[in-house]
Amino acid sequence: MTKRLLALTVNGRMREDAVAANLLLLDYLRGTAGLTGTKQGCDGGECGACTVLIDGQPRLACITLAAACEGRVVETIESLAIEGRMSRLQQAFHEKLGTQCGFCTPGMIMAAEALLRRNPRPTDADIREALSGNLCRCTGYVKIIESVHAAAGG
Amino acid sequence: MERMPQFDLRRPASIAEAAALLAAEPGARLLAGGTDLLPKMRRGIERPPVLVDLGAVRDISRIDYADAGLALGAGVTLSQLAMDGRIVHHHRAIAEAARSVAGPGHRSAATIGGNLCLDTRCVFYNQSEWWRATNHYCLKLGGDVCHVAPQGSHCHAAFCGDLAPALLVLGASVELCASRGARVIPLSDLYRDDGVAHLTLEPDEVLVRVLVPARSPALVSGYRKARARGAIDFPLAGVACAVVARNGVLAELKVALTGTNSRPILLTGTEALVGRVIDEATLSALGKLVQKQASPMRTTVTQSNYRRQVAAALAQRLVCELAGYEPSAARASMS
Ligand SMILES: Cc1cc2nc3c(=O)[nH]c(=O)nc-3n(C[C@H](O)[C@H](O)[C@H](O)COP(=O)(O)OP(=O)(O)OC[C@H]3O[C@@H](n4cnc5c(N)ncnc54)[C@H](O)[C@@H]3O)c2cc1C
Ligand code: SF4
Ligand code: FES
Ligand code: FES
Repeated sequence: MTKRLLALTVNGRMREDAVAANLLLLDYLRGTAGLTGTKQGCDGGECGACTVLIDGQPRLACITLAAACEGRVVETIESLAIEGRMSRLQQAFHEKLGTQCGFCTPGMIMAAEALLRRNPRPTDADIREALSGNLCRCTGYVKIIESVHAAAGG
Repeated sequence: MERMPQFDLRRPASIAEAAALLAAEPGARLLAGGTDLLPKMRRGIERPPVLVDLGAVRDISRIDYADAGLALGAGVTLSQLAMDGRIVHHHRAIAEAARSVAGPGHRSAATIGGNLCLDTRCVFYNQSEWWRATNHYCLKLGGDVCHVAPQGSHCHAAFCGDLAPALLVLGASVELCASRGARVIPLSDLYRDDGVAHLTLEPDEVLVRVLVPARSPALVSGYRKARARGAIDFPLAGVACAVVARNGVLAELKVALTGTNSRPILLTGTEALVGRVIDEATLSALGKLVQKQASPMRTTVTQSNYRRQVAAALAQRLVCELAGYEPSAARASMS
C-alpha cells in the first residue's frame, strides 16, 4: 500500500513520517514514535485507555487515523513530566492512589489534563463528566476523582 | 484485536471535490470524526476501498446565526454543540442531545453529519467478524436470516443517533450536495423505515449543513435518553420534546424518538393534545401516542417492551419539566 508523508507535532516536536493510510494514531504513537505510554485497552472506542490530546481536545487514538492528524498538535502522557519530574496531576494520582494497575492511568490523566486546562477548579460533577469515557477496573473511581481534585488544589 | 483493513485515503479540500470523489468510486465512504465508521471497519462490518476524509474541508465546521435561524455545518463537532452558549440557551434539546453522546473523547471528534448519517444498530450486527460468522451472519450483512424476526425478510436494526430527534422537534432541514447540484430536504425525509438502507441519501451525496428555523422565544426544548450506563452508551430509547405552554395549557407540542425504530420518528398526532390543559389525562394520552408509534424489536439485550415503556415515561417527564408542571402523586402511575 502506498504511504503518505505525515507532518505533525508530537509532544512539542515536529515530526515527519511516512505512514500507511490505515495506520491508527495509536499504532503510530506506540510503534512509529516509540511512545508506549498511550495504552490500548479495547477493540475500538470503548474504554478511553488510549486518550491523548489533539489540539488540546481529548481524543481516542484507537479510532483516529494517523493521516488525519496532518498539521495537528498531539500530546501524550510522556509530555507531562518535565526533566523526570512528574506534573502536579501525575503527582496527585500517585499520592492519592488514583492509580493501581496503571493501565487506565495515562488515558485518565490526559482526559483530566484537558479538563483542568479548560476548568482549573472543577466540581465533582465536572470531573465525573470529563472522565465519563474512561473505564478503570481497579480503583472504583473514587480515588481517581480525589486525585483530580488534589491536583486542582482543592 | 482486529486490524484495520486496507483502503485508499483521500483528503479533499472542498465539498465539491468530496462529492466528485464519491461519484468516481461507488464503494467510497465519507469519513468525518470516524467514531462510528472506524470501529465498524475494525470489526469487518465495513470494508470501503476508498475513504474520503472530510477533515481537511474548510467551512463545514461553522455555527452561523441569522434572523432566519441557525445553520450548523456538517463538520461541527458534538462538543462544539454541547458548549455553544447560544445553543444551550435557545435550542437546549440540541445541546442536551450532543452532550449525551458517547464520552468526551468521542464528542470532540464526532460530527453532526456523522451523527445524522449513523448506521442502524443491532446486537447481532455490531459484533466482531468471528462473532457474526459463528451466527451465520444476518440479513443486514452477509446472511439471509434476521435473528430478531426470523420469519420475516426485513431488518429491524434501530437508529440510535441522539441528535436527530432534537433536530426533528425543532423543524430542521438538511442541505445535501452532489456533483450534479444541491438540494434541501426536511430532516425527516433523510430517513426511511428500513434497517438495512435507512438513509435516503444518494451514494454520492454529502450532508453539508443543517438548518434550524428561528422559533418563538416561548418555545422550550429538551432531550432525555435511557441507557444501560450513565455514559458511553447508545440510547435504548431517546426522546426530544419542544413545548410552548401558556398558563398550564399546551400551545405547541412536538415529540421525536430515537433508539426505538429503524429511523428517528417525529410523533404524529401531538396536534390533538394542543389546546389541552397539562394534566394526568393529557400525559396519559401522550404516553399512549409514544407507545403506539415506538416499535422497538429485540435488537438490544434490554427487553423491547422496556424500551417502549421508558420512551413513554421519558416523554411524559420531559413535557412536565419543560412546561413547569408538577405531576402530583400520579407520577408513579404514569406510563
Ligand atoms: C463507545 C461508543 C459509544 C457511542 N455512543 C453513542 C451515543 O450514545 N449516541 C450516538 O448518537 N452515537 C454514539 N456513538 C457513535 C458515534 O460516536 C456518533 O454517532 C458520532 O456522532 C458519529 O459521528 P462521526 O463524525 O464520528 O461519524 P463517522 O464515523 O465519521 O461517520 C458515520 C457515518 O456517517 C457518514 N457521514 C459522515 N459525515 C457525513 C456527511 N457529512 N454526509 C454524509 N454522510 C456522512 C459516514 O460515511 C459514516 O457512514 C458511539 C460510538 C462509540 C464508539
Ligand atoms: S434486525 Fe435482524 S437483520 Fe437487522 S441487524 Fe438485527 S439480526 Fe440482522
Ligand atoms: S483503546 Fe481506545 S478506547 Fe479503548
Ligand atoms: S488502575 Fe487498573 S484499570 Fe484503572
